[in-house]
Amino acid sequence: MSTTVIRDVSINGERRDVVIAGESIAEVVASGSADTAGATVIEARSLIVLPGLVDLHTHLREPGREDAETVETGTRAAAAGGFTAVHAMANTDPVADTAGVVEQVWRLGAQAGYCDVHPVGAVTVGLAGQRLAELGAMADSAARVRVFSDDGKCVSDALLMRRALEYVKAFDGVIAQHSQEPRLTEDAQMNEGVMSGVLGLKGWPAVAEEAIIARDVLLTEHVDSRLHVCHVSTAGSVDLIRWAKSRGIRVTAEVTPHHLMLTDDLVATYDPVYKVNPPLRTAADVQALRAGLADGTIDVVATDHAPHPSEDKDCEWQAAAMGMLGLETALAVVAETMVVTGLLDWAGVADRMSIAPARIGRLEGQGRPIAPGEPANLVLIDPAARTVVTASALASRSRNTPYAGLDLPTRIVATFLRGRRTYGSDA
Amino acid sequence: MDAGTTTQDSAGMHPGDKPVMSESDIARAITRMAHEIDERTTGAHDVILLGIPTRGVELATRLGARLSEIQGRAVPVGSLDITMYRDDLRRRPARALLPTEIPAAGVDDALVVLVDDVLYSGRTVRAALDALNDVGRPRAVQLAVLVDRGHRELPIRADYVGKNLPTSMRENVRVALAERDGEDGVFLSGPKEQS
Amino acid sequence: MKAHLLSAADLTRDDALLVLDTAQELAQIADRPIKKLPTLRGRTVVNLFYEDSTRTRISFEAAAKRLSADVINFSAKGSSVSKGESLKDTALTLEAMGADAVVIRHSASGAPHRLATSGWIRGSVVNAGDGTHEHPTQALLDAYTIREHLAGGAGDLAGRRVTIVGDVLHSRVARSNVHLLHTLGAQVTLVAPPTLLPVGVEQWPCDVSYSIDAPLPQTDAVMMLRVQAERMDSAFFPSAREYSRRYGLDARRMAALPEHAIVMHPGPMNRGMEIGSDVADSERSVIVEQVTNGVSVRMAVLYLLLGGAPLVADEEESA
Repeated sequence: MSTTVIRDVSINGERRDVVIAGESIAEVVASGSADTAGATVIEARSLIVLPGLVDLHTHLREPGREDAETVETGTRAAAAGGFTAVHAMANTDPVADTAGVVEQVWRLGAQAGYCDVHPVGAVTVGLAGQRLAELGAMADSAARVRVFSDDGKCVSDALLMRRALEYVKAFDGVIAQHSQEPRLTEDAQMNEGVMSGVLGLKGWPAVAEEAIIARDVLLTEHVDSRLHVCHVSTAGSVDLIRWAKSRGIRVTAEVTPHHLMLTDDLVATYDPVYKVNPPLRTAADVQALRAGLADGTIDVVATDHAPHPSEDKDCEWQAAAMGMLGLETALAVVAETMVVTGLLDWAGVADRMSIAPARIGRLEGQGRPIAPGEPANLVLIDPAARTVVTASALASRSRNTPYAGLDLPTRIVATFLRGRRTYGSDA
Repeated sequence: MDAGTTTQDSAGMHPGDKPVMSESDIARAITRMAHEIDERTTGAHDVILLGIPTRGVELATRLGARLSEIQGRAVPVGSLDITMYRDDLRRRPARALLPTEIPAAGVDDALVVLVDDVLYSGRTVRAALDALNDVGRPRAVQLAVLVDRGHRELPIRADYVGKNLPTSMRENVRVALAERDGEDGVFLSGPKEQS
Repeated sequence: MKAHLLSAADLTRDDALLVLDTAQELAQIADRPIKKLPTLRGRTVVNLFYEDSTRTRISFEAAAKRLSADVINFSAKGSSVSKGESLKDTALTLEAMGADAVVIRHSASGAPHRLATSGWIRGSVVNAGDGTHEHPTQALLDAYTIREHLAGGAGDLAGRRVTIVGDVLHSRVARSNVHLLHTLGAQVTLVAPPTLLPVGVEQWPCDVSYSIDAPLPQTDAVMMLRVQAERMDSAFFPSAREYSRRYGLDARRMAALPEHAIVMHPGPMNRGMEIGSDVADSERSVIVEQVTNGVSVRMAVLYLLLGGAPLVADEEESA
C-alpha cells in the first residue's frame, strides 16, 4: 500500500502532516511528527489543503458533442481545477433521460478515472418539457442519479414542475431548475439593461429568471420537496431565495464563478466568449451574488462549465453558442472575488465548493472532513501564487474561456482522488 | 503650395530664418507679373486666375486686383484644391479638403493662369492640371508663382516668376502673406527635417 | 478618425465636422461635367451586404466609384453566405482578394465590430447598418442635411432641436443619430410608445416623450422612423391604425411645427403609417435631399478612411 505524506500543510489555519495510505487518510498529526519512511513526501509549508472540490453543474458534452469535450478531457480539466467529483448535465445527444444513457456516462467517468462523474438525469423526455423522464429508473440505475435537471431549458410548465418535485421525493432527489421564462427570453442575447439598449441586442430581463424562481419556491413549499436553483444571476433572485429560506422552504442555490466576476459591459466587445446563459449581469448584481454566497443564501459555487468548439464562438454574437469554460479557473475566480475581498475564508470556500455541493447531490465520500478514516479526496493549493490563464494550456478540449490573459490568485498544486494523484507532478 | 514649403500660421521671424523678399519686394513682383500676364496674353480678356490653396489663393486675389486695374475689367479669380489629385496622398493621414471655387462662367475656352506661392518639385502643378482637367477645358493653361526654388522632378516650368531663388533641397522656403499670416515676407530657413 | 467607422459614438466633434466639411466640398463634384475624382484609384471597396438594402448599397457604390475605387458587390443572395459560410470565412476571402475597405450591412448587431476587431481582415470596416445597433453614415447624412438647412451649412448643430419619432427600440438610425447629434450639440427628443423604447433609454443623452404633440412646436427638424407592421404581431402596439393616429406625422401635426422646421425620413417610407403622403411630398420634406447628401457623406467617409496613409487600428475597444 503506497503512502504519501503531505508535510506541514495548513488545514483551516493549523499546520499538520497529512498521511494518505491507499485510498484513505490514515493520519492527521502535528507538523513534523508523521513517519515519512518509505513514503512519498510533499513539502507543503506554503500550501493549504481542502476537501476535493465538487461541481454540481458541468457539461461534459459526451455523448454527442465529442468535438467540444469528452468525459475524459472534461474530467482531466476538472482534476486540474481541483475537483474530485462533477455532475454531468443531461443535455447531451442523446439526452441523459434514460437509465441507459446515465449509466454510459457514469461508466465513462469511472474509466477515465480523473474524478467521479455523477450524471444528472433529465426531468423531461428529450428536455422537451412535455413528459416526465423515467426519473426512478435513473435513480435506481448504477449511476444512482439524485439530481435531475433540464438545464439549458426551463421546466416552464408549472404542473410538470410540480409533478417532478413531488416524484423525486420517493428517492430523495432534487430538481435543479434552469430558471428562464421562455416567452420573456425569446431570441434574447444579453442582460436587458442600459447596455442591451445601446448595443442593439435583444434583452434578457432579470424578471425572466426571478419569476420562475418565485413560482418554483412556492411550488416546492406546497409539495414539501427539494429545489435547487441553477446559476442564480440577479440581485432579485438572491432576495427571493433568501425569503424562501427564511420561510423554511427546502431550496438551495448555486452561482457560477463568471457571475461572481464578469459584467454585461464586456458585451460591448461583441466577443461571443462573453455570451452565456444566463447572461452576464450588472455590477450591482455581481455585488448581490457575492453577498448572497458569503451569507449562505447561495449555497454553492457551480461552474456551468460549457465547452464549445471555436467555430461556435468565432462568429457574430447572435450566431454564437452560449456558455464558457469554468472547471480549471473556478477556484482562482472564487479566490479573486470572495477570498481576496475578505467575503469568505478558506473554510468557507471548502463549504461552498465541496461540502455543500456534495450534500445537495447526496454524494458519499465527497466533501468530507480531512480526518483519519475519510476517503483521501483532497486538493492542495498554493494560496499565495498567481496564475495567468492561458487558453491553449487548458486541459479542456475547448478554448472558450473568458479569463484568457487574466492574472488570478492561487495555483492548484495537486488533486487526489481516493489517494491517487489525478493532477500535479510528484516532484 | 509645393512640397518643401512650410506653412506655419504664426507671423514674424523664426529663429534662423533669412528674409529673402520683403513686403515691397512682393508687391513689386506681383505688379510685374500682372503686367507680364497682360503683355504675354496680348491683353486677352478671357484670363481667369485660379489660386492653389492655401497661399496661392491670396496671391491670385492680389494678382487679379492688379490685372483688373491694368485691363480695366474685373478679372475672375477662383481657387482650385488639388488634395484629391495629389500623388503623395497615401504617405500621410487623409487631409481635410480645401475650397475649390470656380468662377461662375467656368473655365471652358478660357486662358487659365494657375497661381501658387512656391514652385519646387512640380508635383502640385501636375495635380492642379489634373484637377483642372476635370473641371473643364481651358484654351490654354499658364503658371504664375511667387518663388521658383528649383529642384524640379517633373517637366514643368512657370510662365511668370516673382523671384528665382536658388536653394538647397534641405532648406525650407516660407511664404507669409498678410491676409493669412499678419505680414508679408519670404524667408529661407536652414536644414530642417521634412515632416 | 479611427481606422473604422463602426459607431457614431466613435466620432468626436472634430471627426464629425471633418466628415461634414469634406462632404460639403465633395458635393460640388455632382455639379461638374466629370463627376469623378482619381483619389482612390487602385483601391478596392467591397460592399458586403447580408441584408437587402438597395438604396444604401447604391449610395456606397456611387460614392466609391466617384472616388475611382474598384467596387465589388458581395450580396448574400446567390453567394455562399446563404449556404451558411461563416462571416469569418467570408472575411478571409475578402482579405485574400485585397479589400482595402469593407462596407458591411448585417442583420446581426455588432457584426461590423466583429469584422473589424477579430483580426480576419486588415482593411477598414464601415458599418452600413448592423441589426438594431447603428447606422453611422445615415446619421452623418442626416446631420449634414440638418446643417445645410438650419445651421447655414457650417459648424456644429448647437442649440438645434431634433425630434426622432417611431420604433426607437429596433432603430439603428435612432441610435446613431442620438450619438452624433448630441456630439454636434443638438438637443434630441425621442418619441415612441413605451413598448418601442429600449430599457435604459433614460441614460441616453436625449429627452424622451411618449407624446408626439408636445415637442413639435419646439422642433427644428423632425425625423420619422420606419415602423414595420410586423411589430404589431409582437404586441408592441395594438394596430397600425392606432399607431398612425398616435404617432404618425400628418398635415395637422406638421402645422404645429415652426415655420423653418424640416421633415426627415431615412426611408423607405410607409406612407400613411408613420408619415402622411402629403407630408412626405410637402415643401418641408427634405427626404430626397437626404438621399443626395448620402453619396457626398459616404464619399467623405471613404476618402477619410482610405485616402491617406493606412490608419493604425485603434487598440481600444469602443463601447
